[in-house]
Amino acid sequence: MTATAPAPQADPAAGPRPPGAVRRLAGALHRRPRLRLSLLLAAPLLWLAVLYLGSLAVLFVSAFWTTNSFTSQVVKVWSTDNVRALFTTPVYREVIVRSVAVALAVTVLCAVIAFPLAFFTARVARPRWRPLLVVAILTPLWASYLVKVYAWRLILSEGGLADWMLRPFGLSGPGFGLPAAVLTLTYLWLPYMILPVHTALEQLPAGLLDASADLGARPGRTFRSVVLPLVLPSVAAGSVFTFSLSLGDYITVQIVGGKTQLIGNLVYSNIELNLPMAAALGLVPVVVIVLYLLAMRRTGALSSL
Amino acid sequence: MRLTRSIRAAVAAALLLAATACGSSGGGGGSASTGLNPPDLKAPTKLGKPEGQVNLIAWAGYVEDGSNDPKVDWVSDFEKQTGCQVRSKVAASSDEMVKLMKTGEYDAVSASGDASLRLIASGDAAPVNTDLVPNYKDVFPDLKMQPWNSVKGTAYGIPHGRGANLLMYNTAKVKPAPTSWSAVFDGASAYKGHVTAYDSPIYIADAALYLKATKPELKIKDPYALDQKQFDAAVDLLKQQNKNVGEYWSDYLKEVSAFKSGDSVIGTTWQVIANLAASEGAKVKAFVPKEGSTGWSDTWMVSAKAKHPTCAYKWLDWIVSPKVNAQVAEYFGEAPANAKACEQTSDKSFCATYHAGDTAYWKRIAFWNTPIEQCLDGRTDVKCVPYAKWVQAWTEIKG
Amino acid sequence: MQLSRGARIALRLAAAVGFAVIYVPLLLVLVNSLNPDRSASWPPPGLTGHWWAVAWHNSGARGALWTSVRAGLGATAIALVLGTLIAFAVARHRFFGRGTVSFVVVLPIALPGIVTGIALNSAFSTVLEPLGVGLGLFTVVVGHATFCIVVVFNNVVARLRRTSGSYEEAAMDLGAHTFRAFADVTFPLVRSALFAGGLLAFALSFDEIVVTTFTAGPGVETLPIWIFDNMTRPQQAPVVNVVAAVLVLLSVVPIYLAQRLSADTASGSRV
Repeated sequence: MTATAPAPQADPAAGPRPPGAVRRLAGALHRRPRLRLSLLLAAPLLWLAVLYLGSLAVLFVSAFWTTNSFTSQVVKVWSTDNVRALFTTPVYREVIVRSVAVALAVTVLCAVIAFPLAFFTARVARPRWRPLLVVAILTPLWASYLVKVYAWRLILSEGGLADWMLRPFGLSGPGFGLPAAVLTLTYLWLPYMILPVHTALEQLPAGLLDASADLGARPGRTFRSVVLPLVLPSVAAGSVFTFSLSLGDYITVQIVGGKTQLIGNLVYSNIELNLPMAAALGLVPVVVIVLYLLAMRRTGALSSL
Repeated sequence: MRLTRSIRAAVAAALLLAATACGSSGGGGGSASTGLNPPDLKAPTKLGKPEGQVNLIAWAGYVEDGSNDPKVDWVSDFEKQTGCQVRSKVAASSDEMVKLMKTGEYDAVSASGDASLRLIASGDAAPVNTDLVPNYKDVFPDLKMQPWNSVKGTAYGIPHGRGANLLMYNTAKVKPAPTSWSAVFDGASAYKGHVTAYDSPIYIADAALYLKATKPELKIKDPYALDQKQFDAAVDLLKQQNKNVGEYWSDYLKEVSAFKSGDSVIGTTWQVIANLAASEGAKVKAFVPKEGSTGWSDTWMVSAKAKHPTCAYKWLDWIVSPKVNAQVAEYFGEAPANAKACEQTSDKSFCATYHAGDTAYWKRIAFWNTPIEQCLDGRTDVKCVPYAKWVQAWTEIKG
Repeated sequence: MQLSRGARIALRLAAAVGFAVIYVPLLLVLVNSLNPDRSASWPPPGLTGHWWAVAWHNSGARGALWTSVRAGLGATAIALVLGTLIAFAVARHRFFGRGTVSFVVVLPIALPGIVTGIALNSAFSTVLEPLGVGLGLFTVVVGHATFCIVVVFNNVVARLRRTSGSYEEAAMDLGAHTFRAFADVTFPLVRSALFAGGLLAFALSFDEIVVTTFTAGPGVETLPIWIFDNMTRPQQAPVVNVVAAVLVLLSVVPIYLAQRLSADTASGSRV
């Protein structure tokens, strides 16, 4: 009824052991689902729980240590000063609020842009073209992150492509700053939103839409009452990426954000001279993202990632 | 934007040395001492046989072996002549250099002034016997035995090169031509959104330098030795400036493109940036304003735990030898340290452009130094604001 | 749903604008690699192939590319094994904490790279350094694999959910044992999902910069790190532009592979 790891040596035809032994092992595994499960989970859990979560835990414990101000070395003296500073220092509060706002703005923008695009690729374009269009959406994911950000720096600079194209309309580009950072992040993470929405729209049974129309619903009504509720979990799934990737970013904002600082920049600037403070600052996006993930899990988004 | 390549050492040092943190703080944390009391380390009196290898920490562009550009290579000849194989690690910041040196894996480092004192104080850098570096005699005298490369008459390194933090402006958009740093401080609002500044806590010293000239009542003597009151005044000035800043720069291509496009029209710069921007058609001028400037001077230092000390000394001598010093200075865009290097540059006007031997010019430059609690200007009645606080303040300035 | 003519035209227009916005920056990268200036500018003052010739002789970039490929292959291999194991556990078993497992798998990619990076960095240094092992390519692979597991997991688990266990049961009823059923029935079913997941995992690893920064040992330079270090140096920036352009052009290759090897990969893949 079940199977184990795709280990090639498990194939009896290729294995050196006599088929009888393999068969006995297979039988033993078959009779003991618990054993089978433990074998399946042992390695991945060791990796994720011990290596990954363990490292995170150690890091966050260090948020409660202090630093020697001259040598910048961590001193194991318990103190809640760093964590308290997150709430009491105005600049930290501002940056935290700003970062969450940026992540939300990027997510909303991505969703708004992704919907018509995905609707086109999944339902309007000729079926023959659809796989190709999906490829077209995915291609930018393969181009280097840094390369794309620098391209946006070129677009948004004074007299750059944005100014150049907007000038005939008497407008100018946003320049470097917070709007530029939001725009660039939206560009970077857009494919992560389009893809799940496209998949959901594609899998929408045509019959359902016809039924809605037969019952007298106009397209607008069908969209609101049938399409949207069915696609929403996929939007939530995409938003996990757009939200969390934006909240943790610190490179894009350095390149196109002008003088803007986000939470990632604060973490980064503290790593070398004040690791406990960096850990305390790093706690913020982690807590926000975990809460966000938990909220999204309720919508079923995580299973449709 | 500087992305640090190896925080690993930072965190390693942080975690592993946590238990012994107090032990290694050396004289820096000392009590009533005046200035720095580095641990008592001895420089070698003679060199042994080359060990066959040398591990270096350097700024990008200081140790080039031709892998970036086959024509830019001063490592291969060194390896051939000395038999010392060079392994180098490019550091992205002074803090990273300090942390890497603490690992004891490296033999020498090209430390800037904001790192050198920390290395000396913590006992990670050993005194250097300049007699074992024959080319040292040709180094410009005004680079020798300076506060950032020596303590109490003991040399801790060999000067590599230097540069000033200039004021650059767009000649088409900034009129009349500025003569003072006030153009980026008190008068910055005229160029709101197009002012730029160096993105590092050490930039606070630039504000202090300006206040030293314009607010005598603050009694600032040394922009790297600020008591709380002086420091707060500098930070306030920078917070005012922030309203007019378009972006802060830390990598030089970002600044060149910003000046070319007009995103930035006035702000601090290095000579090499000004040259590059001008060569690519930007209408810019860069100069030392009447208040003087801050600047940087890099020093090759030897680790106290060096496993390959002879090769390290060979490298020190090699990098300040006239030909190589000229090559590296031209490649990086800085004034060479060796006076004879000026005859070896491929661009004959190079040393003039970079003011290599212009003593009067460098007199007006306050070179980067590490702010510590013991005021570097000799005051003993107050405590100065240490660098860690500068870092914190820098975050607040940027908002 | 019958869309009105107007709505269709509006959607077509929106899609055209959308695709234009997606591709203009990439085109710009190509144009910029021909820019004779060392620093970026628009419009470029001219066009030259000079930097392409210079880049051809740049051994640093070639070395970094090779490092990236090795790191990507290593991370992908680990992610394939671990991700598949979890996917089978979650899709074919009921157990306490199942929801938590699929939640924890997502964490490494959702949490900021900088947090993952410094956490792994301090863990590696604390555990490995006393053993005399420094950071190196190995630690990069471990770091990358951690956040690549999720893409393999997602692809495989989605496939397993769509194909019920009844095929395997049928095989076993016909006398195949567990491993035989896996090799003959299950594996062919999940093969294209594995491929899609592996491809995405490789892509994630290949483009990762933040975690790499914190887990790479001395001398380990992946392509993104090389780009980042060199794009700020006037002597090197034009070469970086060329490498960037090459990367954009090369991005067609994996997509082509995906198309050729598995028709349903592209549309069925999950990020």
